[in-house]
Amino acid sequence: MNYDVVVIGAGPGGSLAAKTCAERGLSVLLVEKRQEIGAPVRCAEGIGKKDLQKFVEVDKKFIAAEVVGAKIYAPDGTEITLTEEMAGNEVGYVLERKIFDRHLARLAAKAGADVIVKTTAIGMERTKDSVKVKLRRMGEEFEVGCKIVIGADGVESRVGKWAGIDTTLKLNEIESCVQYLMTGIDFDPEYCHFWFGSNIAPGGYVWLFPKGNNSANVGIGVMPSLAKRSPKEYLDEFVERNYSNGKIVEVVAGAVPVKGEIETAVADNVMLVGDAARHADPITGGGIANAMKAGYYAGIVAAEAIQKGDCSAKTLRRYDELWKNDFGKDLARKRKLQQKLIKMDDETLNKIMHTLANCKLEEISVKAMIKELIKRHPKLLWDLKDLFL
Amino acid sequence: MAKRVVVNRYRCAYCGACVAVCKFNANELVETFLVIDEEKCNGCGICVKVCPMNALEVVS
Repeated sequence: MNYDVVVIGAGPGGSLAAKTCAERGLSVLLVEKRQEIGAPVRCAEGIGKKDLQKFVEVDKKFIAAEVVGAKIYAPDGTEITLTEEMAGNEVGYVLERKIFDRHLARLAAKAGADVIVKTTAIGMERTKDSVKVKLRRMGEEFEVGCKIVIGADGVESRVGKWAGIDTTLKLNEIESCVQYLMTGIDFDPEYCHFWFGSNIAPGGYVWLFPKGNNSANVGIGVMPSLAKRSPKEYLDEFVERNYSNGKIVEVVAGAVPVKGEIETAVADNVMLVGDAARHADPITGGGIANAMKAGYYAGIVAAEAIQKGDCSAKTLRRYDELWKNDFGKDLARKRKLQQKLIKMDDETLNKIMHTLANCKLEEISVKAMIKELIKRHPKLLWDLKDLFL
Repeated sequence: MAKRVVVNRYRCAYCGACVAVCKFNANELVETFLVIDEEKCNGCGICVKVCPMNALEVVS
C-alpha cells in the first residue's frame, strides 16, 4: 500500500491536513489510534468564532454553547470582564468535540482521504526519499509507504521523536489537566470563567466553559513544577467549595504543551502539527485553532513538495515559515509572559487585577491594556515592554 | 531492586501526559491503554509528577 501522505492522528490538526492534501490531489491516509474519533475528549472545547469560521462552515450540531466573553477572577475574588476579542479570541464558541472531530474527519474523507481507526503507528523508517510507516491494526502489523508523514499525534507525539525532533516536555513546559462535565450548577452562561491563584491552580487556572442546559466543563490545569498535589485534588477542592451541589457526569484528563514556539516542526519527509508541534497557546492553553491552521499549512506544503519531487527538510522548511509567521511569534511572546506570570505571588496578581478592574476595558485593546499595566507596575513588568509595546 | 514506575489502571484516564515528559520513551499510550516498558523505565518518576490522576507510582 502506498500513499503520497500519511497523517498520524485524526484530531482537528490531522483532519485539516488530510483534507487539504486530498483537495490538492494527493493520495492520503488518515490514521487514528483510537476506535472512536473525538473520544475521549481531552479539551475544554473553547475556540474563537473567527478562528473556527476560517476553516469550517459552522454547524449547530457541533456547537454546544456560545459566549460573549470571559470573566476572570483574581485570587481575592476581584472580577474582571473581557469581551471575546480581548480574551485573545479563545472564547466565543464552546464545541462538542465528539461531534466536531468526527465532522472534520468526514470532511477529509469527503475530499478523498482514506481513514482508518483503531490503528496505531508503531514506527517509521526512512529510505531514499520515501518513508515506510509501520502500523498496527487490531493486533495485525503492516506497512504503508509514503513520501511525507504528517505527525498530528498530540501531546504524546511519537512521530517527531522518530524523525529526530526532540519533543520531550519538561515539568515547566506542560499543564497537567483534569476536567469534569458538570450538570445542575449555577453560573453565568454568557461567559467563560477563569480563576487564578496559587492555592487554586498553581501555574495554571481553573476554568468553567458553558455547554448549554446548566451544564459546563469545569476543569483545571496546573504546572507540575509548581503544584504540590495533583490537579484532580485541586479541582475537587474547588468544586467542593463552589459547586458542591452539581453532579459530575463525565471525567476527562489531559495535558497541554506550553513550551512556546519550537525551533522547527520539520525533518526530512516529516512535518508536525498541533500539540505534537507544541502549538498550543502557553497562556490560554487553547490549541484547536492553531492546530487547524498548522494542518492547513502542512497540507499546502506537502502538495508543493510532492509536485516538486523533493520532500527534504529543506523544502518542508516552508511549512515552518508559514506557521511561525502566522502564530509562532505569538507563542514565543506568550511563553515569556507566562514565565513572568507564574512567578507572581497572589498579592501581586491581585494588584494587577485591581488595576485592570478599574480600566474601561471595552474601549482599549489588549496592547493598550498591557501598556497601562506596565505604566502602573513598571517594576513588575518592565522587561515585557519590548515584547508588547 | 531497581526502581520502576507502575500504573494503577483504575485511576489512569489515558491522557498521555506521562508519555509527553518521558525522555526514555518508556511510556506509551496504545489506544486507551498505558504501557510502561520496564526495559526503558529507570524509575526517575517525572511521569508521576505530571499525572493528573495520581495513577502512577515509583516502586522498587
